[in-house]
Amino acid sequence: MSNALSIILIPGLPLLSFLLLGLFGRKYLRENAGWIGTLSLLASTVLSLVTAFNYFFVSGKVSGVYQQIIVAKHTWLEFSHGVSIDMGFMLDPISVMMIVIVTFVSLMVHIYSLGYMKGEERFATYYAFLSLFTFSMLGLVLSSNIFQIYIFWELVGVSSFLLIGFYFDKPSAVAASKKAFIVTRFADLGFLIGILVLSFGAETLDFKTLIERLTTSTPQLNSMIGASFLGASSLTWGLLLVFAGGAGKSAMFPLHIWLPDAMEGPTPVSALIHAATMVVAGVYLVARLFPVFAISAPGALQVVGYVGAFSALIAAVIACTQTDIKRVLAYSTMSQIGFMMFALGVSGYGGEHGLGYMASMFHLFTHAMFKALLFLGAGAVIHYVHSNEMEDMGGLRSKMPVTHLTFLIACLAISGIPPFAGFFSKEEILLAAFQHNKLIYAVALFTSGLTAFYMFRLYFSIFWNKEFHAEHHDDHGEGPMTMKLPLIILGLMALIAGFVPFSHFVTSDGQMLETEMHIVFSVAPVFLALTGILIAFRLYKSENPGAEKIASAFGGLYEWALHKFYIDEIYLFVTKKIIFNLIGKPSAWIDRNIVDGGVNLSADLTGDTSDLIKDWQSGKLQKYAIWFFAGAMGLVVVFMYVWR
Amino acid sequence: MEVGLTHILFLSTALFFIGVYGFLTRRNTITMLMAIELLLNSVNINFIAFNKYLYGGKLEGVFFTLFLIAIAAAEAAVAIAIIINFYRNYKSIDVEDADSLKW
Repeated sequence: MSNALSIILIPGLPLLSFLLLGLFGRKYLRENAGWIGTLSLLASTVLSLVTAFNYFFVSGKVSGVYQQIIVAKHTWLEFSHGVSIDMGFMLDPISVMMIVIVTFVSLMVHIYSLGYMKGEERFATYYAFLSLFTFSMLGLVLSSNIFQIYIFWELVGVSSFLLIGFYFDKPSAVAASKKAFIVTRFADLGFLIGILVLSFGAETLDFKTLIERLTTSTPQLNSMIGASFLGASSLTWGLLLVFAGGAGKSAMFPLHIWLPDAMEGPTPVSALIHAATMVVAGVYLVARLFPVFAISAPGALQVVGYVGAFSALIAAVIACTQTDIKRVLAYSTMSQIGFMMFALGVSGYGGEHGLGYMASMFHLFTHAMFKALLFLGAGAVIHYVHSNEMEDMGGLRSKMPVTHLTFLIACLAISGIPPFAGFFSKEEILLAAFQHNKLIYAVALFTSGLTAFYMFRLYFSIFWNKEFHAEHHDDHGEGPMTMKLPLIILGLMALIAGFVPFSHFVTSDGQMLETEMHIVFSVAPVFLALTGILIAFRLYKSENPGAEKIASAFGGLYEWALHKFYIDEIYLFVTKKIIFNLIGKPSAWIDRNIVDGGVNLSADLTGDTSDLIKDWQSGKLQKYAIWFFAGAMGLVVVFMYVWR
Repeated sequence: MEVGLTHILFLSTALFFIGVYGFLTRRNTITMLMAIELLLNSVNINFIAFNKYLYGGKLEGVFFTLFLIAIAAAEAAVAIAIIINFYRNYKSIDVEDADSLKW
């Protein structure tokens, strides 16, 4: 039972620290807020590492297969027998992996923020929000019930909203937080409908039962496949709607528009929420329901694959043209999540076919490390330069040696250069794609080349390119130790995370999968990545006109990509011109004229009538008496002659 | 000539309408109060007359009349109290001035 307690404490400690800091932080704990948040998370991290160790090496495996273990469960709302919303904690390989990632990255961000957010007016509030987010994310990944995951899903959305809009006196941050919330909320509508469809079909909300019923031949599965709507079975629709929710959180095309804007939040927040943890919730959701996707609805899984591949490609193209370093990283995040998505999309269930699933989770793991590192590094640079624009940077390598080195490691990792973390996971993804879908493989190969190019464009622009003009900056050094330490730890992780024998732990069916490195296969992607790096080196190592020349050579395409393919404009067009004009304005007219008009009419009628008759109440006693007497006489007449 | 029920009812009706006329035309609230007494007394006469001519030997009509006299006394006390208060506030006992309770 102490095991269950320790698992409840993993999300429980951040919740406690949120309550403590949220209620008392601003008044009493201003100075210590950071330490309270960090220490509670440190405990949480230790607990989740212990849990992971116990699960993977001691208790998780029964005859070679990792089990789904429900450690605690409380039935919260029971609708009918077997259909209930439970609050439970489920351990299985992916949830255990996720709690380790979430607590670890969150801990790094907490430590980093001690330096980065120092002197901030709402320091305690910031840590309260961070704790709230960590709590919600941990609750999300540990959920044992599909409705529970939805509740935490929304909580995560709220904390993301709060943190993006943390600088609420900046109009752009306010707009960005609203945009993020509305777009993801819109996607969550799909998720909710998907949950209803799936749970209606499967007659349960519990993940374990749901997956069991929808993957083996049961009456529920047969009736769901039998019920068809617009050419797809209700199962496919349910899964696609759930995926829509996932796509919203994970910034998949066409719901990705909020992610670049979300960079208005503090940089450590971007590292935690918009790079390493929350945005992979969509991937996690698909992975959670993966057996259903793979076994019962391969059509839906194909959609996941193509959406992922397409998002990966366009995000990479856009990333090549952006000049705000955080936006480059945002698009690169979107691109990498696209990789995870299509890796799931090309995967099958069980054994060798499950390679894509394992690769996706592996990439999720390594990506969390190096993307958090990239963002924290970018944060250190922004902290130093006080600007997000690449033009204001350049030549920083000697000013910020630690940041430079760790950033380089992360760039190499994301580009897929051996032996850094990204190489291993990306190779698995490419291999899975190669085995199952050649089109996606081609897209992925090209995208990974592009990835190397834009990451090193970023790297060279920040750290090389031109001399840094220090005169208009007071040189306050690279940053305090609290900022450097997470960079170093994450840098080490980005170096070694790839060597984790991941396929032994996380696979689609819980059984160990032996993977081998195909040296020959790796040649093409690594070669492409090196080419990308080389091009970036030629163009951005030092100031030269080459980059502009190439940009103008691409002409229209460059313009398109620079403006993010005008997707924001399309959204604005659709919402402002079409929805507002065709639906909003008529609705407003009906509201103002018919609904309000009806109410006003009845009010006016009442008013006019009472104006007419109010003089009857004159206050003249004798007038009343006459009426009273006349009335009485009238009654007498009626009773005497009419109603005899 | 024997005095019959009709004669007495005629008297009470006349009394009643004199009371109504007085209530509607007098402006002095005290006089109006007196008119009300006329109304009440016409009712009293009715009760007694019906009791005597139609239900001889029974007492209900007499009791009612006694009640009515008591009620009339109480009512007169309350009404005069109101009139005195009204006079204190408005320096008048004219019913035309008592018209502030309106829309």
